[in-house]
Amino acid sequence: MDKLILYFQYPFVRYALIVGVLIALCSSLLGVTLVLKRFSFIGDGLSHVAFGAISIATVFNLSNNMLLVLPVTVVSAILLLRTGKGARIKGDAAIAMISVAALAFGYLIMNIFSTSSNLAGDVCSTLFGSTSILTLTKGEVWLCAVLSVCVVLIFILFYNKIFAVTFDEDFAKATGTAADAYNLMIAVIIAVIIVLAMNLVGSLLISALVIFPALSAMRIYDSFRKVTVFSAVFSVACALAGIVISILAGTPVGSTIVAVDVLAFAVCYAVGIAKGR
Amino acid sequence: MAYITAKDLSLGYETGVIVSGLSFSVNKGDYLCIVGENGSGKTTLMKTLLHLVEPAGGVIENGDGLLRNEIGYLPQHTVVQKDFPASVREIVLSGCQGRCGLRPFYNREEKRLAQENMERMNIADLADRCYRDLSGGQQQRVLLSRALCATRKVLLLDEPVAGLDPMVTVQMYDLIAELNKEGITIIMISHDIASAIKYASHILHIGDSIFFGTKEKYLESKEGRIFLDRQKGGVPVNG
Repeated sequence: MDKLILYFQYPFVRYALIVGVLIALCSSLLGVTLVLKRFSFIGDGLSHVAFGAISIATVFNLSNNMLLVLPVTVVSAILLLRTGKGARIKGDAAIAMISVAALAFGYLIMNIFSTSSNLAGDVCSTLFGSTSILTLTKGEVWLCAVLSVCVVLIFILFYNKIFAVTFDEDFAKATGTAADAYNLMIAVIIAVIIVLAMNLVGSLLISALVIFPALSAMRIYDSFRKVTVFSAVFSVACALAGIVISILAGTPVGSTIVAVDVLAFAVCYAVGIAKGR
Repeated sequence: MAYITAKDLSLGYETGVIVSGLSFSVNKGDYLCIVGENGSGKTTLMKTLLHLVEPAGGVIENGDGLLRNEIGYLPQHTVVQKDFPASVREIVLSGCQGRCGLRPFYNREEKRLAQENMERMNIADLADRCYRDLSGGQQQRVLLSRALCATRKVLLLDEPVAGLDPMVTVQMYDLIAELNKEGITIIMISHDIASAIKYASHILHIGDSIFFGTKEKYLESKEGRIFLDRQKGGVPVNG
């Protein structure tokens, strides 16, 4: 306990906690929609795209790599989520393809044009998030907070529309809901969340933040609203626990959060069985 | 002017045209059954009528005060819906989404409408149950209530009795016939030619040859006789 209080005197620990909780909240909100639309792996795919973009930004020595990473990720998200209507390569295959290709090219570019002496370390920290969450500046925390508030607000305001579009896109479209526009909106929000989340858990573990809360909630609850609320609570609780444990035990932040998520999922699974579903 | 008029319609995707030369009209109060073999383009026709797919050729005109988003739709089950965590009330309410525009939440009027339609379909007591736990017949009633929230004019039903047991199938047909009597126009895709002939007022047969007309005329037509003979002869047109 003393150790914890000591650590919380450092601003970077507080920043990490704030950003971690916000990102966990945002990713879990859209996680339910993504899992139900069979896009569980889009987090993984998009984060690899972001990884590729980061390598390019590094090579060109862009001072603020967000300027490149965010637009590239948003465009990829839109392309992937157009649900392959008439597309030549569909859903999961398209995600797998873009994801692997971006990863390979990102690593290749970093390797060829590397300016850093510790290449393996750079790649590792981009993929697994390792320490970057502990080096956040005040500005980044504010940016993250503002974007998170936007995501949560948009989600609440468009909650009923997101539900209608997720449950039955054709029906929504046929009866006059602008389903395409809402799909586009969902894609953009997801891309923003993923770029934010890369700081926290790194690109490999983002899928975990998206799918575990949703899957756990779906084991226990029966209505869309309850599932959404519970997955948000679940995600925030796991992120808090994970960050605290990683501080006390000195483990990597991202993988600790995911490990807590997995354990909590197991508990929810057991509760689901006990409830007879 | 009819609700829906199709003139020389061709259906298909980039890969090619499935059907061409379709002309028919649907008037207020009609009960139209669309029959034909698998792959003859029935579901594509349905999606075209809903403006989800552009026709490959020809035109569809809406008239008699029917707006293009005033067609309720009972789709076939999708994979997504099989394990979807949503309560019956949430699903029925989502039928009102079209009239919300940009307004974020449902108002009292829409909640009342949802309640009313659940009562009509006898599922009011299931309102807080989870959709995925319901039986096939109950799920269809939920989707019918939702469609009724969206419109009071035309319902498009895509294989509404697929996967239902015989008892529930009869109940479903009676329910649809009742809605039709109340003045709701019904357009239904069906493999079940016997029931189509029992309940429908008009038949649209699509396939190698096309027929459109009243059911009485269909029974006398070449297409009707061939199709009926084949079903009677025990060759399942579709299981």
